[in-house]
Amino acid sequence: MSVSVQEADFDVGAEIEALTAGDARAGAVASFVGLVRDVNEGSGISEMTLEHYPGMTEKALQEIVSEAKSRWDIYAVRVIHRVGRLLPTDRIVFVAVSSAHRGEAFAACEFIMDYLKTRAPFWKREVTPEGARWVDARETDDHSAERWKK
Amino acid sequence: MIKILYFASLREKLGTSGESLELPAGVNDVGGVLATLAARGGEWASLASVKNLKSAVNQDMARHDTPVKHGDEVAFFPPVTGG
Repeated sequence: MSVSVQEADFDVGAEIEALTAGDARAGAVASFVGLVRDVNEGSGISEMTLEHYPGMTEKALQEIVSEAKSRWDIYAVRVIHRVGRLLPTDRIVFVAVSSAHRGEAFAACEFIMDYLKTRAPFWKREVTPEGARWVDARETDDHSAERWKK
Repeated sequence: MIKILYFASLREKLGTSGESLELPAGVNDVGGVLATLAARGGEWASLASVKNLKSAVNQDMARHDTPVKHGDEVAFFPPVTGG
């Protein structure tokens, strides 16, 4: 299973280990971990809740992974995205990619994160001292995804 | 009949996470479904003016001109903010 949407935390070391277990072709693994920050747009964040669209979320992530595999010569991909209630310093998302050389792994990992940010149906609701609010999408995320357009 | 789902801030605003809707005669795309819902008035009217409203048909990202037919699952939601 290359894509997981789950409430549970994950073990970064074990995931990276598993990605290339027994695969002597792999000379590189690039990975990304996203964390919950304690501040956003000037307000302190005490917790957040991640909502998603069950079914479409997994499908969208699979399609992003397939697109990455068609663009770069990569071997294994692992994507984990947590949902539910999360606290500052908690891990939210994990992406890891293996390939023969670092260039393909770095590029594919960044591409998957950029597409995930703009195409996978997740929504963050954060709790601030002023109350709870839905997080607004960032234009910079759209720009990051745009640069991969062919 | 189509299945409609609402997510995140839109779900809260409309006070429902989803419904079944009999597709009115002549309505055959996402824009048509949206216009049908907005015609209910009240909070629903704001559907037509939500900034950057996103949609999906059968769990694929859609646009206003994406076809909708009997049995489809249509979802409306604000821009995504995962990652």
